[in-house]
Amino acid sequence: MSLPERSVDRAVFLRELRRVLPAEALLSEPEDLRPFECDALSAYTALPWIAVLPDTVEQVQAVLRLCHSRGVPVVARGAGTGLSGGALPVSDGVLLSLAKFNRILEMDAANRVARVQPGVRNLAISEAAAPFGLYYAPDPSSQVACTIGGNVAENSGGVHCLKYGLTVHNVLQVTLLTIEGELLTVGSLGLDGPGYNLLAVINGSEGLLGVIVEVVVKLLPVPETARTLLAAFDSIEAAGDAVAAVIGAGLLPAGLEMMDNLTLRATEEFVHAGYPVDAAAIVLCEMDGMAEQVDAEVAFARRVLEAHGSLEVRESRDEAERRKFWAGRKAAFPAVGRIAPDYYCMDGTIPRKRLAEVLGRIGELSERYGLAVGNVFHAGDGNLHPLILYDASRAGELERAEALGEEILTLCVEVGGTVTGEHGVGVEKLNPMCVQFSAPELRQFHALKAAFDAKGLLNPGKAVPTLARCAEFGHVHVHGGRLRHPELERF
Amino acid sequence: MVRHGDDSENLLGRVCEAVGCGQPLLIQGSGSKAFYTGPCEALPLPDRGPGQVSTLAHTGIVHYEPTELVLTARSGTPLAAIETLLAESGQMLGFEPPHFGPGATWGGTVACGLSGPRRPWGGSVCDAVLGCRIVNGRGEALSFGGEVMKNVAGFDVSRLMAGALGTLGLLLEISVKVLPRPECETTRCFEWSLADARKRMVQWGASGLPVTGMAWDGRLYLRLAGPERAVSAAARRAGGDPMAPAEAFWNGLREQTHGFFYGVGDLWRLSVPPAADIVSLPGEWLVDWGGAQRWLRTADAYPFEVFAAAHAVGGHARLFRAADPGAMRCAPLAPALAALQRRVKSAFDPAGIFNRGLWPEAS
Repeated sequence: MSLPERSVDRAVFLRELRRVLPAEALLSEPEDLRPFECDALSAYTALPWIAVLPDTVEQVQAVLRLCHSRGVPVVARGAGTGLSGGALPVSDGVLLSLAKFNRILEMDAANRVARVQPGVRNLAISEAAAPFGLYYAPDPSSQVACTIGGNVAENSGGVHCLKYGLTVHNVLQVTLLTIEGELLTVGSLGLDGPGYNLLAVINGSEGLLGVIVEVVVKLLPVPETARTLLAAFDSIEAAGDAVAAVIGAGLLPAGLEMMDNLTLRATEEFVHAGYPVDAAAIVLCEMDGMAEQVDAEVAFARRVLEAHGSLEVRESRDEAERRKFWAGRKAAFPAVGRIAPDYYCMDGTIPRKRLAEVLGRIGELSERYGLAVGNVFHAGDGNLHPLILYDASRAGELERAEALGEEILTLCVEVGGTVTGEHGVGVEKLNPMCVQFSAPELRQFHALKAAFDAKGLLNPGKAVPTLARCAEFGHVHVHGGRLRHPELERF
Repeated sequence: MVRHGDDSENLLGRVCEAVGCGQPLLIQGSGSKAFYTGPCEALPLPDRGPGQVSTLAHTGIVHYEPTELVLTARSGTPLAAIETLLAESGQMLGFEPPHFGPGATWGGTVACGLSGPRRPWGGSVCDAVLGCRIVNGRGEALSFGGEVMKNVAGFDVSRLMAGALGTLGLLLEISVKVLPRPECETTRCFEWSLADARKRMVQWGASGLPVTGMAWDGRLYLRLAGPERAVSAAARRAGGDPMAPAEAFWNGLREQTHGFFYGVGDLWRLSVPPAADIVSLPGEWLVDWGGAQRWLRTADAYPFEVFAAAHAVGGHARLFRAADPGAMRCAPLAPALAALQRRVKSAFDPAGIFNRGLWPEAS
């Protein structure tokens, strides 16, 4: 994919934008552009060339057509809560905020779907569905603020993915605009759509394929009841084995989470959830559904956890206690944020049975780099969030944290996992992508991108590294004696 | 565990050879779903014979880890072998795929992307796919996704393969998420008209009962699954009469051996919102997926009537079993979407080697 070539002067382009946008929807002064300079991965910043905040599909269409004809890159943005720099502006491109697309267009309780604009917050959908006894299942930790358009772009997860799936499993239809301004509806209001299943690639496409202007999501009945078990273990291995045993026994918990000692101590000091701070690890296991079902499954899960070395199993007696158990897990990141000036959150996924080995090796890396690492783990689906503690004010520490992070992600790929489970590649994990994918695989990604956006104008430089970048990337990884990019010259 | 029959080098070689001489290839498994895909142009070149490539020698379950809920198998592996192995560990494919023939293969199951009665609750084929190895139309062997539940590295090419009818690449291996088999399952039935049944299906859909099947063929059937206590409690709440044994009914629905499917004329599949009220079309109806999948058997409906009826409620229709094999199977897509689909096809198979003439490429 070649880099876009912009062929227009800024003043001229602003004039052209003014013809299609109301004045308040167009920002060009540095102080107005500042709020858009980064997303939640604030280590990376860039001021956009221009920012636009349209509020109709026709306006977005007009902006895209202009950008396409002038060769101007476009970066779409929701709430900016992303953790991988996916919404980082490009300095010669338009930052397209979809914040004004914040209306819930339709709640169809009979068909259990909601039709919403992309700027609607994740939690707002569940709030609007609540009077019908329904909710939207994916619950990323940022669900109070993050928007559904961003969720689709990142294929967001949450703590209930094992049972209820990711965004891709909960979206029925997406209406998007191509960079050429063509309006496309993908999927249908049934459970599948005609033709290729393009929804699969649009979910998680990180803004590279189109600009989402409407989403139809699936709603589920709010579970009649939910109960959570909190189990303590004296080793990470024992906790990992117990999680495997729960699943092997035929249970499918709504949530299955693990925290290591460093993280649970930090959390306990912060929110006083009553966690056993002497445990090497704790496991949270939640069952939901009909009362009789939850009774049976909780009793079974308790027996399995106890039979697999749990030192102590507590059961939430009421909703307040259930929330308290979760309060700790949900506060894990800010809690770790209190014990170190900075932390760097990783997002690898591994086959669960390799957990003990991976955590052991992360421990060794942590010692080698002289940086502490805490671990929270979506144990049910193998998604590991090592939190690297560092102090950005100390020279070289950020770089050390990043280098440690890259080693952790390489390790995830080595054991058969992936460099990002739910945060996305963005700008952050371009190098680790070179480890995970071969040159022909990356070329296939670029070919698919070109089918949607031949000029490469949508969110350039994100999600999929160029082959040249992979060749330049310091580490040339050799797997099984095979060089990953044998066709490229080495310097 | 079956560990034999890695034919990937041969398959890769066959594709490379075809790419080299521009010969179209028809990818074949057991042919159990040939009725569904419709005719395909496997054009023989004058000096080369017909361009067919069979996956049947590429068999074996490469990896199965019950505690990880993941299974990886080669495309020629019999679907029945996979289901048997899963059952031995108390697990199953959540999408309850139809076989449509004793030889149904793993590759054909994913390529056709068809799911059975459990689909609205257990997920689709596409939902289950976690990763794949394919040979694309440039003759390159590529891996996407993997064997983990959560993976957002790169575009989700693996799920795109589900339902693509092999037009984007030859599937070598597919990894899926599997599900625990419920401890207990029971079916209740009710003597209700379609109108009443539809109302009740909407209520049950929102009720939180542990439903794994809802269908109507003149009677309404409700399948409940989970721990024994929960299933009996749910059955008491739902009412109706117990149906025993019910397995034959759900199998008949999935494999289309139910009496409804033996009639004359065309069989249409309409994928629609579950509560949708569809304009009257001539013919007989059978409702599955709690209303989201409707089967119409008719000798009198015009294709465009059926397409329009599904489209009007936000769904789509496909001629599933055609009395005339050459008949038009699905409605033309909107021009912009059709053009995009053609570009996607070219991105994987620039010379149009694979399964030429098969929908959705032709749409």
